Amino acid sequence: MKVKSLIPFIGFLVLVIFLGIGLNRNPREVPSPLVNKKAPLFNVAQLADASLNFSPKDMQGKVWIFNVWASWCGTCREEHAFLLELRHSQLAPIIGLDYKDKRHDSLEYLKANGDPYTFSVYDENGKVGIDYGVYGVPETYVIDKVGVIRFKQIGPITEEVLKTKINPLIIELNRS
Amino acid sequence: MKKLFLIMLVMFYAIFVLAKEAPLLAEDPLVEQRLVMISEEMRCLVCQNESLAGSRSELAQDLRRELRELIKQGKSDAEIKEFMVSRYGDFVLYRPPVKATTWLLWIGPFILLIFGIYMLIKYLRNRNRHIEYKSLSQEEMLGLHKLLRESLDD
Repeated sequence: MKVKSLIPFIGFLVLVIFLGIGLNRNPREVPSPLVNKKAPLFNVAQLADASLNFSPKDMQGKVWIFNVWASWCGTCREEHAFLLELRHSQLAPIIGLDYKDKRHDSLEYLKANGDPYTFSVYDENGKVGIDYGVYGVPETYVIDKVGVIRFKQIGPITEEVLKTKINPLIIELNRS
Repeated sequence: MKKLFLIMLVMFYAIFVLAKEAPLLAEDPLVEQRLVMISEEMRCLVCQNESLAGSRSELAQDLRRELRELIKQGKSDAEIKEFMVSRYGDFVLYRPPVKATTWLLWIGPFILLIFGIYMLIKYLRNRNRHIEYKSLSQEEMLGLHKLLRESLDD
């Protein structure tokens, strides 16, 4: 009889746990179906020099970071310091995707804040962004030597994400 | 006076000339119709409470442009859905597909319903067993008659 009277209480606890988990999740963070898939290919002009093109194929055999940014994007400024730090550590090349921006504004932005990128490519109408499932700039992808996306960060990189996820992953991928 | 009236009339019509005509949505209303049908079933990722058809966010506009392109290429609804799902996941669909990770979502309510019915039946049976049918005692009978008579007298 005593066990039976506990049943509603247990049911209540289960409900509380489920609601608790639900409340602590970020509904903006949609798990990307692209993780562990081949990085979509494209071929677009670079930002600084439009006569040069870039395709993810060019990075075959390297672990690299693909970072989506824009000069109009406020939170990109938040992560900028960490990108510069990553560049400084020389763990992996960072290729930027300048998403739906104006060339002039982007170049000014990089001049003012420092340029963490090996180079950036210019996605004027957002087509490359759509192929990468970008829905909120900034977004960051870690791509391995065979061109598979191994990690995606939605929103700005934080110190924690850099130290606990991105850096160790690059080191691990570089070893293989 | 007549002249003034004429000037006013001309000015009045000038307003209509100045007003811009609403830009055409697309050359092909059939494409537009299909676009609306498809994008109403999809979530806008920037404003998650809006459908892709209704959202005015820039990403939604870009995506509608892409979908319009796919429709013009003669892609089927399934192919267009696949285009979106491969990029943004099942989350973009308002009706999640039935598969291993979502079966609980689809069947769960029915399991709960069956469980509820089972509990109800069990409870009712149990309750029936505990109900004792007692007839009224002599005293209670007299009391009842008395009450009834009083209410009739009123």
